[in-house]
Amino acid sequence: MKTAVSRFALRHAPLLLFAAIIVTLGVLAPKFFTIANALNIAVQSAPVGLVAVGMTFVLITAGVDLAVGAVMFVGAAVAAKMIAAGQPIPLALSAMLGCGLTLGAVNAFFITRVRLAPFIVTLSLLFIGRGFALWLTQTRAMNLPEFFLQLGAVRWLGVPVPLLVLALVVALAHLVLTRTPFGRQLYAVGNHPENARRAGLPVRRLIFSVYLISGLCAALGGILALTQLGAVSPKSGENYEFKAIAAVVLGGTSLFGGRGAVWPGTLLGVLIIQMVESGLVMLNADPYLYPLVTAAVIFLAVLLDTARQPLLSK
Amino acid sequence: MTNALQFDGIEKSFGGVPVLRGVSFAVGAGRTLGLVGENGAGKSTLMNILGGNLTPDAGLMLLDGKPHAPSHPTDAARAGVAFIHQELNLFTNLTIAENLFLTAFPRTAGVLVDRRTTHERTAALLAQVGLSAAPDTPVAQLSPGERQLVEIARALSMDARLIIFDEPTTSLSTRETDALFALMDQLRARGVAMIYISHILEHVLRRCDDIVVLRDGAVAGSGAAEEFTTARLVSLMVGRELTQLYPSRNGAPTGETVLEARRVSQPGVVRDISFTLRRGEVLGISGLMGAGRSELARILFGLDPHTDGAILLNGEPLHRAAPRRRIARGLAFLTEDRRHEGLCMDASIADNVALVSLRQHAGRVPLRLLNLRRWRETIASIREAVRLSPQARDTQAVSTLSGGNQQKVVLAKWLLARPAALILDEPTRGVDVGAKYELYRLILGLADDGAGVLLISSEIEELTGLCDRILVMSRGAVRAEFSRAEFDREKLLEAALPREVAS
Repeated sequence: MKTAVSRFALRHAPLLLFAAIIVTLGVLAPKFFTIANALNIAVQSAPVGLVAVGMTFVLITAGVDLAVGAVMFVGAAVAAKMIAAGQPIPLALSAMLGCGLTLGAVNAFFITRVRLAPFIVTLSLLFIGRGFALWLTQTRAMNLPEFFLQLGAVRWLGVPVPLLVLALVVALAHLVLTRTPFGRQLYAVGNHPENARRAGLPVRRLIFSVYLISGLCAALGGILALTQLGAVSPKSGENYEFKAIAAVVLGGTSLFGGRGAVWPGTLLGVLIIQMVESGLVMLNADPYLYPLVTAAVIFLAVLLDTARQPLLSK
Repeated sequence: MTNALQFDGIEKSFGGVPVLRGVSFAVGAGRTLGLVGENGAGKSTLMNILGGNLTPDAGLMLLDGKPHAPSHPTDAARAGVAFIHQELNLFTNLTIAENLFLTAFPRTAGVLVDRRTTHERTAALLAQVGLSAAPDTPVAQLSPGERQLVEIARALSMDARLIIFDEPTTSLSTRETDALFALMDQLRARGVAMIYISHILEHVLRRCDDIVVLRDGAVAGSGAAEEFTTARLVSLMVGRELTQLYPSRNGAPTGETVLEARRVSQPGVVRDISFTLRRGEVLGISGLMGAGRSELARILFGLDPHTDGAILLNGEPLHRAAPRRRIARGLAFLTEDRRHEGLCMDASIADNVALVSLRQHAGRVPLRLLNLRRWRETIASIREAVRLSPQARDTQAVSTLSGGNQQKVVLAKWLLARPAALILDEPTRGVDVGAKYELYRLILGLADDGAGVLLISSEIEELTGLCDRILVMSRGAVRAEFSRAEFDREKLLEAALPREVAS
């Protein structure tokens, strides 16, 4: 009986942590338990959520994409410049997605063809991308048309659009990862790339595709972030790589590849991080404490995850 | 009679060194061919050519009479050639069904995996290989033997007409080995041609219709299995008559006890183990797979804990000393799994040899920098002592060496530490006949020099050939002890079999 309980706890650690944080914050701040607040947290988590979905694909293949925040910034800067130059908004949005795909392809090229370590390639692109976007915006904040903020507030059947987008992308990613040959092959590559090659899987093409997916998801996350802020600033997309990786790992995806899921794992991870941040605001905590508390929760979660691995594998 | 596969004049060299020199032989349709040869004889290269990992410099292959020239493993798989490797190629994070159909999932609507069809076809394949596991069982939960059955099921799913078994029994228990042989018989009855590669010559003689012996990249002998005996195979493999399988001893055990276990127990692992190991003695530990032999070795070395009893080294109790402390006090441990536990595979020969004895070559305090010149001399002399292949450079990665040479590197490492007691766990696994003799010589040499040697082995001949005494373990306890005069294959085996009623 006791072992059954502990096994359950180990198996569902992310879910239990999720529940524990809800209860804690609910007790400390009664306002936390309102539908409006729940919806608010969900909407705020959408940009990181999208980035984290793409990141899940990358981590499953034992890679990493540190350039996601830079992709968001570059896309936003390009879009802002285009709108300022009088280009139509849909074209600017398409350009953002194009930026995501292009930068993803650059990552993928250096990783699969030049065979550089993903960490190095994407770290370089993080700095190059941010530098490029700063130059493009001349380190100034650029306000965007009202349209963006309005888009973020639009509801469809009572559900905010950013939330719909997140739900749609999570559902699609879950289907791809669990039910398509492509998805299952990604897990195989993450488990043992050499075996995957010998089994006749198109390993390079598979790895190439996850960086494209990550780039696209980051760009999409960038659009959602613009609908919340209504402006591009030098801080756009900052720390998103950290938040996204933390969320994915919180959700039980392995940094060493071959194990993980978007649903419910990554989604829970994203919500946990957002809840902690929002909860701290509600509790009127010292803003300087936010990063400390968030980092502590993430560290604790990853520590628990690592500790449970040997027990789970028994 | 048509041939399933024919090699015709296959040649291959690496950097000017010929590895295969005009190899020609055929595998008859529906027949099983045993392929034997020392490590480095060219078996792996030949199989890599067959499997599309390498292309031959000259010569051709015919598969069912049609030319076979694969440029990628996928080509070979499509042509119906499947490999069951020593190290399995399954993805442990996926289910059995996913492993079987990874490259060819049945689909619904063209995109999604058709789970029902996948499961049905997997279940049918698993029934054929006699594995009673659900198709959606994760491979991580399967034993080595069960995983091998999954590999065979995968070969069947690809409609393989030629299956190559490369050392398939290495990680299998006796029962699993028997099950594998039964399955091979079924495959043969269905007309599947097979190539069986193994160092266990008895298996090759018993299981195969025909045998081909490779030596130095050429066919040294071939014919029907009935024409061969173990002795003849061995002499064809090494190119000379091995008059003696085991070296002779010069020293003898003395009275001094070097390693002692007193009622060592760990629940569920080992029970009430007591023994003494004297200086100059080779003490064998026999037993079936899962009898607790390797577990005992790990406990003795301090890698795993024990709840009761005591372990004494040179008469002093070790309590809970960490392996590092035990090494410092004269214990050495050559693990069963040299690839993962005994060696740093990507590090150089010199670095591996240096691991446990670097301190001895440190200079003066306070910096204690390494005396590199003296260190190089030591490495040169130890290489000489273990007769490591002279072609291997000190800076060469250990992963590029043959199994026998790798094991010599491990031995060299421990020899430098001058251990008082040495625990060897399956030291000759995956090592060919010629290199085995060298290892035996080294092991006995250590004992002659006064070290106590604890030798764990699954090969009874090896134990009876080398040991002064043999302990037989079963279900975590010592069942019997035999002194040299009492050695008897049958009695040793009988003692190893688990009894139904536990005392």
